[in-house]
Amino acid sequence: MADNPNPDMDFAEVEAPAAKPKRKGVKRRIFLVGSALLVGGGVFGVWWTDSAAKAKAKALTVGEGEHGFLTWMKIAEDDTVTVFSPHIDFGQGSHTALGQMLADELDAAWDKVKIEQAPADLAFANVSLVKGFLPEMAGATIAGLLPDAVVGMISRSMPVQITGGSSAIRFTGEVGMRKTGAAVRAALIAEAADRLGVPASELTTADSVVTHAKSGKSLRYGELAAGAAERSLSSDPVLKTRDQWKLIGKPITRRDIPAKVDGSAVYGIDFTLPDMRVATIAAAPVRGGKLEAVDEAPALAIKGVEKVVKLDDAVIVVAKGYWPATKGLAALAPKFTDGGNGAMSTPAIYAAQDKLRKAGGEPDNQGGEGDVEAAFGAAGAKVVEAEYRVPFLHHAMMEPFALTGHYKDGTLTIWGGLQDPLSTRVRAAKAAGLDVDQVVFNPMIMGGGFGRRFPDVTEVIDQIALLAKQVPYPVKLVWSREEEVRHGTYRPQSSAGLKASLGADGKITGFRMDYAQSGNAEGEVPFIYAIPATSRRHFAYQSNQIDGPWRSVNATQIGFYTESFMDELAAAAGEDPYQFRRKHLPAGSRHLAALDMVAKRSDWGTPLPEGTGRGIAIVESFGTIVAEVVEASVKEDGSPKVLKAWAVVDCGTTVNPLNAEAQIMGGLIMGLSSAIGEQVTLDKGAVVQSNFGDYPILKLADAPPAMDVHFIESGAKTGGIGEPGLPPASPALANALSAATGKRIRNLPLLTQAKA
Amino acid sequence: MAISFTVNGKQVSVEAEDDTPLLWALRDDLGMTGTKFGCGIAACGACSVHVDGAITRSCSVPLSEVAGKSVTTIEGIKGADGTFHRVQQAWIDAQVPQCGYCQSGQIMAAVALIDQVGSPSDAQIDEAMTNICRCGTYPRIRKAILAATGQAASNLQGAA
Repeated sequence: MADNPNPDMDFAEVEAPAAKPKRKGVKRRIFLVGSALLVGGGVFGVWWTDSAAKAKAKALTVGEGEHGFLTWMKIAEDDTVTVFSPHIDFGQGSHTALGQMLADELDAAWDKVKIEQAPADLAFANVSLVKGFLPEMAGATIAGLLPDAVVGMISRSMPVQITGGSSAIRFTGEVGMRKTGAAVRAALIAEAADRLGVPASELTTADSVVTHAKSGKSLRYGELAAGAAERSLSSDPVLKTRDQWKLIGKPITRRDIPAKVDGSAVYGIDFTLPDMRVATIAAAPVRGGKLEAVDEAPALAIKGVEKVVKLDDAVIVVAKGYWPATKGLAALAPKFTDGGNGAMSTPAIYAAQDKLRKAGGEPDNQGGEGDVEAAFGAAGAKVVEAEYRVPFLHHAMMEPFALTGHYKDGTLTIWGGLQDPLSTRVRAAKAAGLDVDQVVFNPMIMGGGFGRRFPDVTEVIDQIALLAKQVPYPVKLVWSREEEVRHGTYRPQSSAGLKASLGADGKITGFRMDYAQSGNAEGEVPFIYAIPATSRRHFAYQSNQIDGPWRSVNATQIGFYTESFMDELAAAAGEDPYQFRRKHLPAGSRHLAALDMVAKRSDWGTPLPEGTGRGIAIVESFGTIVAEVVEASVKEDGSPKVLKAWAVVDCGTTVNPLNAEAQIMGGLIMGLSSAIGEQVTLDKGAVVQSNFGDYPILKLADAPPAMDVHFIESGAKTGGIGEPGLPPASPALANALSAATGKRIRNLPLLTQAKA
Repeated sequence: MAISFTVNGKQVSVEAEDDTPLLWALRDDLGMTGTKFGCGIAACGACSVHVDGAITRSCSVPLSEVAGKSVTTIEGIKGADGTFHRVQQAWIDAQVPQCGYCQSGQIMAAVALIDQVGSPSDAQIDEAMTNICRCGTYPRIRKAILAATGQAASNLQGAA
């Protein structure tokens, strides 16, 4: 099994700003970090030392009667512990889980712990994220050789406050939060030992109090904080063992939920300032096109409209509110060019991809082992081939983009929800022609994201920066749903040819996947089966669309291809799909344990009513293994009906089971939704779909009424939880429907097949 | 022109064009941002409110149709003493929201359903709860509606 090798990006590339990676086609999140390393160095003009970062962090966040520790937390004299999260929480619940991890190691009383968003300042750049991603970018060996101080300096030389890659718990939590909690606890004990004149070994901690049992004396954390904050912290503190955890692994409820049931939570779209205007935008329908001409008069004739702003590739209407802005925009008839992309269409993209794969295109990336051609040609080999296709997918975050900007006295201030506050400042500064120091960004709660809110692929930052510079008042730019659907940064449209050979014993002897899409997935989605000869070749094809990271990124399509084809191979071998997978997973592996558990919980193999089928799939992504079973039938109109779903998850350690369950259920449902009805298609270079009417999201009645999510606490290296629930869902559903109908599904979405 | 109606029991008068959707009068004119904008075509339900007690997608109702009527929003369903409505409490107990953006509309739809039928069946929940949630909180929405009406979690297996 591959350990996430990433042969096309070594550390030398990371260090050398000249060697910018292939800009278009490569969109994986580790590359987002990688390119941040490349372009970010020097952007802020400083290479901070740890002590300088700490000083800046304290200046920004630590007030009277409070004492800061590193850039991660502070303790107030009333015992309140405030944890600073460098990650945005857009519903994945990571703020609560990160707080749990720090507070557990600290032995803090949970009701006195607050979790706050770290400011969008370089002092709060996420060192642990870089540490976590470096092995994925540079290989574990090189990353392991780098001293912590160097990693810290790299992090603070670049704008890393990314939320993505299912990274909060496995990197920030494991590296930043737990170590900080443990180190501060040790400092509090040392301070108490001096104050009480007793050996540190006689002291215990619980509920934010240090106690000396022999004398019955105790000191509160708030009393010790001032002295402890002056002590040097251990860089390698002793962490608790699993049996000592009091908060990690507990189903603690989320702090942000009450404000999300009474309408009081303020999202980016809700933000308002005195004298603020509201604007909305229409960009060139064909991506790559430019604004040629627009007659502003019809918009200005609408009551409430104040101004029409022309950008290079878009027109914006500024008004007293969103409604007049919308009416004003609808009144315009802007002329856009198509940027030479007028011939781009969904069938044309598939045709170009097929040509690349089949007619001698050069793969730009490949992985695997052994000689697949020899396996295919071996005497007695049974060869199976199939072609698969999946469409562009839209993120459909429920809150459309809404950023407020105000340019005043040389400073551009922006409010809104984006996945990386520091990179947002960099992008806005570049667009507005300002220094980064002239841009302030205030991160706000986000109504979903799923990968759409990465500054790297978020042109709305440029739009608000350019707009704010042209008006004297604060302005909130709100995208319509139509703008969201038509100007997404989609999960790539992708196609694949799969070929495999079976030996006389019914086992796979060779397995090849040739896939064409924008970004390659090698190293990102581990191939989990033990097969003598494997090959995975990526053929780069870039359309006029911007392909972005979409929840679980390449694991969606790679998971669909691999796990659908495994069922085809099982059928060719005349075997049950579960038993067939078992034969190709190593004995004693975590993968096999997860597969066996999901089969057991779903009563795999027991009889089902006529017309109902079960499908199984297993995908590893972001360090977490997820096996799923879906039970489904076909409705009278030919559309699929999901009856039940099971998920078995091995993410090593489940920090907050209540929240982890929600993430897996949500990922599974999003996977089903995409498989059943979602697709973005192109005609004459422009997106055909426009809103939820023609881009259908799964609703409650079509989601599985019964879901069973089970976690295996393997104790293995902690994996991510926000994304890995999604990839097995679409192949499990397709496999279930094939089992029910006998008809193999190779193209998504299913609804187009049903109608065909 | 000024259009008058009541919001959460209070008389209001909004100076706006009469084709202005109720949603934007609430958000931009009255500063009540708990009701959300999701699609603008009554497809997603994020903007759901009650108009004279009936569940209504406020993005597609012009103010002219609301004149003289009684509107209830997410900000108006708590008890007079500030305690959560039993549906809101069930939402907290079941830890329903993820990003939370659609939940104002989901809760208003659930309150309307329960006001109408008392203890809804699974089939009634399927039929009435047509709001979109991209985070996929549907299993917990169903669980919370059943819990709010004192019903066991029907055919749910597992912890969902």
